Amino acid sequence: MSSKQKKPPKEPMPPLNVWGPAVALAWFVPGGGHFLLKRYGRAGLLLLAVVTMFLFGLMMRGEFLKPQGGDLLTMVMYYGGFVCNVLTGIPYMIAVWFGYAQPDVAGAVHDYGTKFLVTAGLLNVLAMVDAYEIAIGKKS
Amino acid sequence: MPKVTLSHFEAALLFSLCASLVLGVVTKRTDRERLVYGAYCFAWFVVVLFGLGWLMYLGHG
Repeated sequence: MSSKQKKPPKEPMPPLNVWGPAVALAWFVPGGGHFLLKRYGRAGLLLLAVVTMFLFGLMMRGEFLKPQGGDLLTMVMYYGGFVCNVLTGIPYMIAVWFGYAQPDVAGAVHDYGTKFLVTAGLLNVLAMVDAYEIAIGKKS
Repeated sequence: MPKVTLSHFEAALLFSLCASLVLGVVTKRTDRERLVYGAYCFAWFVVVLFGLGWLMYLGHG
């Protein structure tokens, strides 16, 4: 018996036109991917959860993290936070467009707000992954 | 945009609710499983919230 086991053949990547529009819309509008794929109920729930979290983040005067150099932890936190904010999609763009620029101030409520803003983006990533799996037929 | 000031508990509860909702929706395959899993996640969030709260209270002396 050979010590090296054969790996199962890797599944080919589904074509971009199958999943691309759903994932792009899911990024741009929270729940939009599910809406495009006719999962209206789930689309509504995702929109509600992500937008609620984002709006409460704004109302708690959370900060939009911007890329910032420094030590490794600082870089991971600020670059990661910035990416998460951008992944929220259109709510982030609208807030920036309307000039929301809360400076970093001390206080538990502001800190919660910042975490809410970042988490809204992370929840939208989960929605994007789900939209991808539905689009390629892995899930119903 | 109105300013909202939530307590630690309210903010953590709201966070748990939104996160559980998304986890329930994206994780399971049937509506019943989604509902059960969402409620399960929310319950665990609340249990951990109270657990950590008491741990911090007792650890603080």
